[in-house]
Amino acid sequence: MTAYLLKRLTIAALTLVLASMVVFAVMEILPGDPARLMLGLNASADQVEVLRNQMGLNAPLLLRYLHWVAGLLSLDFGRSYTYSVPVIDLVRERIAVSLPLALIALALSTIIAIPVGVFSASRQGRAGDTLAMGAAQLGVAVPNFWFALMLIYLFAVWLRLVPAGGFPGWSAGIWTALKSLILPAVALALPQAAILARVARSALIEVLNEDYIRTARAKGLPYRAVLWRHALRNAMIPVLTILGLQFAFLLAGTIIIENVFYLPGLGRLIFQAITQRDLIVVESIVMLLVAAVILINLLVDFSYAIVDPRLRGRQ
Amino acid sequence: MTMRIDLPEETLAGVLAKAFGNRSFLIGLAITLLVVVVALISFVWTPYDVTRLVIADKTQAPSWAHWFGTDHFGRDILSMIMVGARNSIAVALVAVGIGMGLGVPLGAFAAARGGVVDQALMRVNDLVFAFPALLSAIMITAIFGPGAVNAIIAIGIFNIPVFARVARAGALAIWPREFILAARAAGKGMTRIAVEHILPNIATLLLVQGTIQFALGILAEAGLSYVGLGAQPPMPSWGRMLFDAQTRMVTAPWMAIFPGMAIVVTVLGLNLLGDGIADILDPKSRRRR
Repeated sequence: MTAYLLKRLTIAALTLVLASMVVFAVMEILPGDPARLMLGLNASADQVEVLRNQMGLNAPLLLRYLHWVAGLLSLDFGRSYTYSVPVIDLVRERIAVSLPLALIALALSTIIAIPVGVFSASRQGRAGDTLAMGAAQLGVAVPNFWFALMLIYLFAVWLRLVPAGGFPGWSAGIWTALKSLILPAVALALPQAAILARVARSALIEVLNEDYIRTARAKGLPYRAVLWRHALRNAMIPVLTILGLQFAFLLAGTIIIENVFYLPGLGRLIFQAITQRDLIVVESIVMLLVAAVILINLLVDFSYAIVDPRLRGRQ
Repeated sequence: MTMRIDLPEETLAGVLAKAFGNRSFLIGLAITLLVVVVALISFVWTPYDVTRLVIADKTQAPSWAHWFGTDHFGRDILSMIMVGARNSIAVALVAVGIGMGLGVPLGAFAAARGGVVDQALMRVNDLVFAFPALLSAIMITAIFGPGAVNAIIAIGIFNIPVFARVARAGALAIWPREFILAARAAGKGMTRIAVEHILPNIATLLLVQGTIQFALGILAEAGLSYVGLGAQPPMPSWGRMLFDAQTRMVTAPWMAIFPGMAIVVTVLGLNLLGDGIADILDPKSRRRR
């Protein structure tokens, strides 16, 4: 198993390095001089030159890349051009909104999808299955931000149960803060749950046709035990794969959903940064999200080893 | 989830008969054709001119004159949805084209060569997968500014590794087969075998994946134009219409409801079509039923 884990780790590290080069290269070819941007149009060429030296913008390309990477590793992302505060401070504040949102959505989507998938698979072809999969088919087609708008209309405008947007901050109390994350999380989770339920169903049906399931039934195990203990466990690999991929979509989805609900998360920050051409912020957030996606996929690879004993024994 | 590939041993008539017996396929095809026809009609006729602003008619509820109501500029929502369909279809179609055009040769090449080439290509695949379409769109927009073309590029780039993986997996299953060995024995080169024997045998997989990516492309395009990274006004796009609707949810909910339903119906149609094609052409699903 160690060999397997090491291989996945190496691949993840390699991907991360390549990704950092891509992000750095993109930001390099962008027009505009950060020093000029910070000092404004009235600054003299000399002043700009001094700041450029201070910021290390005149150093050779490779050196600047290494410096940037070293900064990333020590959580020093540089200073925001427009806010004049360290980027890490901005990011830390916003991550406290985006990360809980993505995690709640992921948990919600899993909690909904797995039982629905199991339900459908165990009643394959019957009315319950047809109904559940019809709903899933519809759910896959719904854009999360439109679903969010409909939720706002129903629960915030009509029923006035939850706030339509905004975030009071965690200092306002966990419940109050969570309340403003409920609708965004549901909006993110349901379309994802629809996809996951379909995958769980087809993976389970595949497993339920295997011989060892018949053996388990033949030795007198109740259907429920076979379904949940034997079949579900073996159907987990495709489910985990999709779950990993979904986290990437959820992170991207968070960016859009935050704009629907006016949540002060990474997504709002990145769009503000784009309009203000605060490129160091854009660069940092993109790198952070890409790193998160790579890390999650690595965790999924690791969890294969836990779920699938065959990988554990392999050298 | 593993797809096994069997050679098509059935006749065209047999496939057609199955197609007409498949509900998913028929409904999906009908919806998809409807959307395409509506988009085509919009080139020659729409109920109202979408470029003319009629402030006197602004935010009118659905009526006989305006079936889906009007927006904050007095533009007819139905007409805008019709014109917006063009944009959605064009963006998603070209993005699928980019993904297939580059991804399939890459995947087929990786499968044919194996070894280091395969490994290297798969690592590049991992790299692209690490950038969700929205993130690459953000970076591309940061460089070139927002626009429909940049949305196409961003979604297209994300499609490349998807098709590369499908093509590679499909091709890997075909290469060891006897008829490939026969072709090699007959002296055919790698490229010729790939084009003449591998490609026709993975066409089904690619077609199914194509409809899925088409549907995803429509969703992605809507998301991008919703956050202002896609088609720019005055070009109507479904995502942009939803953005305009957002602040007017209380007074004019129809501005949000109908463009959203256009997206849902289109994506639903494409997904049903994809499921239907997979059912008809995948020999495995036949056994299952």
